[in-house]
Amino acid sequence: MKKTHYAYTLPNGLKVLLKEIHTAPLISSWIWYRVGSRDESSGLTGVSHWVEHMQFKGTPLFPASSLDRDISRDGGFWNAFTFMDWTAYLETMPAEKIDLGLRLEADRMTNSLFDEKEFASERTVVISEREGNENEPLFRLGEAVQQASFRVHPYHHEVIGDLVDLKSMSRDQLYQHYRSYYVPNNAILGIAGDFKTIEMLARIRELFEPIPAGQVPVRLVRPEPQATGEHQLTVEGPGETIFLEISYHAPAGNDPDFFPLTVLDSLLTGPGGLSVFSGGGLSNKTSRLYRALVEKELAVGVSGSITTTIDPYLYSISITVHPNHKPEEVLSAFDDEVNRIQNDLVSEEEISRAIKQARALFAYQSENITSQAAWLGHAEMFSSYEWFLTYLDRLSKVTPSDINNVAQKYLRKQNRVVGSYIPTKAEVRK
Amino acid sequence: MNRRRHSLPGPDDTSRVSLPNGIILLVRSNFNSPSVVIGGYLSCGNLFDSDEKLGLADFTALGLMRGTAFRSFQQIFDKLESVGASLSFGAGAHNTGFSGRSLIEDLPLMLSLLADVLRQPVFPTEEIERLRAQYLTSLAERAQDTADMAAITFDQIVFANHPYARPDDGWPETIQAIQRSDLVDFHQRGYGPQGMVIALVGAIDPEAAIEQVMAALGDWSNPGQLKLPALPRLKSLKKTTTRKVKIPGKSQSDLVIGSSGPARTDPEHMAAALGNSALGQFGLGGRIGDVVREKSGLAYYASSSLNAGIGPGSWCVSAGVNPANVQTARDLILQEIGRFIETGITAEELADSQSNFIGRLPLSLESNSGVANALLNIERYELGLDYYRRYPDLVRAVTPEQVLTAVRKYLDPERLAIAIAGP
Repeated sequence: MKKTHYAYTLPNGLKVLLKEIHTAPLISSWIWYRVGSRDESSGLTGVSHWVEHMQFKGTPLFPASSLDRDISRDGGFWNAFTFMDWTAYLETMPAEKIDLGLRLEADRMTNSLFDEKEFASERTVVISEREGNENEPLFRLGEAVQQASFRVHPYHHEVIGDLVDLKSMSRDQLYQHYRSYYVPNNAILGIAGDFKTIEMLARIRELFEPIPAGQVPVRLVRPEPQATGEHQLTVEGPGETIFLEISYHAPAGNDPDFFPLTVLDSLLTGPGGLSVFSGGGLSNKTSRLYRALVEKELAVGVSGSITTTIDPYLYSISITVHPNHKPEEVLSAFDDEVNRIQNDLVSEEEISRAIKQARALFAYQSENITSQAAWLGHAEMFSSYEWFLTYLDRLSKVTPSDINNVAQKYLRKQNRVVGSYIPTKAEVRK
Repeated sequence: MNRRRHSLPGPDDTSRVSLPNGIILLVRSNFNSPSVVIGGYLSCGNLFDSDEKLGLADFTALGLMRGTAFRSFQQIFDKLESVGASLSFGAGAHNTGFSGRSLIEDLPLMLSLLADVLRQPVFPTEEIERLRAQYLTSLAERAQDTADMAAITFDQIVFANHPYARPDDGWPETIQAIQRSDLVDFHQRGYGPQGMVIALVGAIDPEAAIEQVMAALGDWSNPGQLKLPALPRLKSLKKTTTRKVKIPGKSQSDLVIGSSGPARTDPEHMAAALGNSALGQFGLGGRIGDVVREKSGLAYYASSSLNAGIGPGSWCVSAGVNPANVQTARDLILQEIGRFIETGITAEELADSQSNFIGRLPLSLESNSGVANALLNIERYELGLDYYRRYPDLVRAVTPEQVLTAVRKYLDPERLAIAIAGP
């Protein structure tokens, strides 16, 4: 395989992945920390995400007011994401301006202020973000299903956190979380774009090597016990539309079963985008569930999602129920399709079609330097960059019996939570 | 093969041709990825729709792919999805637009499907009824969305007695009123090559692209194709007008405050765009983001937007806030708009936004779809193929005085539209 990237670990433990791409005068830099909502105990749910917000509130060197101004003046794009397993910060900038992004990340790895006043005003911003989420029926349903799926594993709560914790957490609790996890030996820096590797590495060493390594807390490991029966739940709320979410416990991103399950999902609900960073997938009107549910007018839409996580998470199917039908009827037709894929071997042709779709999605996301840079570090969060480089090859090796096996292993009723969003039919006035 | 192109499209690397039947084709090659994006629009939209059947243009656009003289719905999507390609349609006031992408080897297939669904859709009854149920469900979801409902209500105030007051996707009762024969009729009257524009960006030489588009659409004609009606003049608001939409059970309210704005081709558009950046875009949301989010922690999002198209546009501030804070947020936003009208943009703010507008261009034009959108804008607003090369000079030429003039022309504290949707 030809050398696609360069990897180096600094003496302080910071792992650096660099990939030269000279198609546009842009560079995208991502720094990833191994901390997310799974590292939060009761009383501190949402702390990782709130810390991410505070990372935009300034350091002595880059005060809050000048931070976004400096990046925006240069025409840069910056953002951050908090997930269950990780927190990531990115800057995509004109190539000659990336130094600002690098200096900023080196600085805020240790020097963020967490000013008391900024902290207080951010509390209501985060609460407002949660309230905005709660406006969406699918958020309310998803939160209930997630919570019912994980009694033991810390994947049980939403990244945004519970309102009660958002109201009670203190500045010092946030600061301690920040100081515990934001150290070079708990981070990965992935950069792609229009640079020379030797020069980029020299600059990274200059900026990041002086930061001392730290003692990182041991990650919470509380494996979820095997589910022993189907859970069903309902969430009630405003609206006219019934939604169903069916979530099966699924393999981790690094599990060999992840690949046949990805192909299975493609057959059932259509090809999905490779990640949250690569833009949407394709339409799914020839997928098995679209034909069985939407074409049969039991539903008006169906979609599926499978996520690359460190520990086993969920394979979820969301269904928007047709106004003339009951959720039980939809679930029964859904189960017929699941039985079919468990009992009958899929054809080689169906699999190669899914592979071609995955290849096309792969080509589309490679148009975009931000997305290419994202994969350098993202894959390292749950596996290694090799995972990304071999993704299409491993999908191509999936056989009909592999699909059969994962369908029988994971898509069991005992292994799932079925959630229904039932509208209270509140009066809507135009 | 030119590995490192000029990062901005220009006359030297963009081909523009008029086909004999009136279709304008714009092509830019990009061999960095083995894919291609196709985007474009036709000269028909909801300006043709009656109030009773509002949404007909959009319903027709969505119905195109439900079956043609040669292919069923499932056959169309089997062709597309089997090769990982996508194609979709939607309608606005003036245009019906489409966008699609595929691996470059599948471009002939994409173009043949595009031509097929544009030229001979049959709108099968069973498929149209299925689509109607999906459409009505999306309208039911829209009625529950505080941001959507605040935006629709804002347009109803600002564009009162003007076609732009009407949502592109209509209302449940107007979608119910549409018959299959209306779709057939709309297609016959509105669809044709006159005024159609296609942008193609990807791993293909211009000559090959032109040849393929000619083969697919070069012989399309529709002698009966109607021209869009002229837009009436927009009457400005006489006084500040507030309207509330109640959506029970929601935990957050959305508010939209603003007025009409310039058309994209108005001379003050660039000054207004830079003013808008300072007001509610730059950094984490300009002055509005600073006051509403950063300083008072009232909202997760607060920003302003300038929406400029063929006719009169709109200029508004939007925010999502706790229902108990609607009044406070409203007052803060009004105060900030008032201050902006009073004193205008500072030289420093203008320099910041100018630098941002110029610096972000390579990023916005990085992907094939970004370039395709840029080419369509060039054509729609007659900006010239050298527009993005001239763009830095156009941005730098704007003065603080020009911004202030534009701000005062459109934003008037005594004549604002205020729309609120929430519990």
